[in-house]
Amino acid sequence: MRAAALILVMLLALVAPPRASAEEVVAGLSQTRVSITTWFSGSEIFIYGAVKREAPIPKGPPLDVVIAVTGPSTPVIVRRKSREFGVWVNGPGLHVDAAPSFYAVSTTRPLVETLSATEDLRYAVGLKGLGQVIRLVDAPAWLGDQRDEYLEAVVRLRRAQGVYFEQIGGVTVDEETLFQTRIELPAQLVEGDYRARIFLTRNRAVVDYYETSIAVRKVGIEHLIDEMAHERSALYGILSIVVALVAGWAAAALFRFIAP
Amino acid sequence: MNIYLPIAEVSVNVFVLLGLGGGVGVLSGLFGVGGGFLITPLLIFVGIPPAVAVATGTNQVAAASFSGVLTHWRRRTVDLKMGLVLLGGGLVGSAIGVQLFAWLRRLGQVEIFVSLCYVVFLGVVGALMLAESVRARRRTRRGTARRVRRHHWVHGLPFKMRFRQSNLYISAIPPVVVGMLVGVLAAIMGVGGGFIMVPAMIYILGMATSVVVGTSLFQILFVAAFTTMMHAILNQTVDALLAIVLIVGGVLGAQVGARLSPRLRAEELRIALSVLVLLVCLKLAFDLVQRPAELYNLSAVQ
Repeated sequence: MRAAALILVMLLALVAPPRASAEEVVAGLSQTRVSITTWFSGSEIFIYGAVKREAPIPKGPPLDVVIAVTGPSTPVIVRRKSREFGVWVNGPGLHVDAAPSFYAVSTTRPLVETLSATEDLRYAVGLKGLGQVIRLVDAPAWLGDQRDEYLEAVVRLRRAQGVYFEQIGGVTVDEETLFQTRIELPAQLVEGDYRARIFLTRNRAVVDYYETSIAVRKVGIEHLIDEMAHERSALYGILSIVVALVAGWAAAALFRFIAP
Repeated sequence: MNIYLPIAEVSVNVFVLLGLGGGVGVLSGLFGVGGGFLITPLLIFVGIPPAVAVATGTNQVAAASFSGVLTHWRRRTVDLKMGLVLLGGGLVGSAIGVQLFAWLRRLGQVEIFVSLCYVVFLGVVGALMLAESVRARRRTRRGTARRVRRHHWVHGLPFKMRFRQSNLYISAIPPVVVGMLVGVLAAIMGVGGGFIMVPAMIYILGMATSVVVGTSLFQILFVAAFTTMMHAILNQTVDALLAIVLIVGGVLGAQVGARLSPRLRAEELRIALSVLVLLVCLKLAFDLVQRPAELYNLSAVQ
């Protein structure tokens, strides 16, 4: 699996048009597919690779590697509570068109030291740069200048849930050539295609980057239930009630048998 | 040991869920309440998204109440005629409630309305029940016989029906109205309505206490099944795996509760239920008034 991924990566590197930069990323993942089963309790992805270069290692500031994994984006509603007549009431909901369900950044050093603000914005890498990833198509009139406050709240809440995180120093680099990191995928994983991006940076500028994807899918009974709930909802509802009634009857019968 | 729930898309400890289902099941069998008012907030508390918690909670309530109804049925403590009259009113009320809910949602005030409904109804019902059952217990302690049934306005209405098992000969209007009001509240609050139904049956209709629990469960069974179906079709938020785990705990708990129920004194049972109702009420009231630690919250787009 790992070997196959490496070969694929190398082939891709061969076909890819030559780039201006002297350093290129060649990378692989321990797995490009994550299956969510009933007892799924999270998964760990091992991302590794090497820097390919024609010339000797450039002098000056050291090489940095930034690795970002982004989950599929979904719309979400953010509300802010306010005090009305002595009770805390939810205010109007802000409809955010797309916010990633998962976001992890692993870096060799603190992000500010590895990426300049403009590069961070351009590639939307850090959690601050998420303002670019979290899309708000049209802001309602009541929002006024609170736009950033609401979007920051999304990041803060998702961080608290453990689905957005940063691993500073999470990437290790050997001899300015080989790098690796491990990213923990939490148990509350959403189905979809996850994007993994690997950036090589020098002097706070991106030298090269490579992108690949990880397919996260529900399998077995999880997939069956999910599909049926959405595709055949009436039958699903009836079955849910039948299961409830049978279970209720079985418990009553069981107890009549063991303790009449 | 964690289990991944396919619709809720979260992973939760399976023993926590079994315990939740079981605990609420015991209360269900004991008091004749479906437990919806407890299971929904508890599921949200363990991290299930609210929409999934509400819908799956109703499925668990259906299982627990069916299990309880069967036991009560065998013991002949279900007044079928009364149950059907209440249910008739209940379905009409539930249809009205759904409309009212949609109207409040358009106004954008549904959440605060639901919370206030919980606080007001739990508070009033709990306080009245507590006061009455404490008084009743004192009376039995002193040995003074309690007047079995007072003759008030309820008995002057037309369309009289005989409810043999409830030991009643009253007009059909009050049960239909009670069923309807409970139906409206059930649709708005997303619960079976047992905690309102049980006291209403005792204090407004004056039913014999022995059949109250069984008859209430009978009515709740249908309301919960109907609501589960609505959620499955309209919102697709019933999580079958979550429901199964809750149900396994719930049906066993309900049996324990139903078996415990005749061994406890009726007044004490009511005191315990009213204290429980008041505690939930206080918790909800406190949450409304207290400044939340995090002002913002996220919810899925329906």
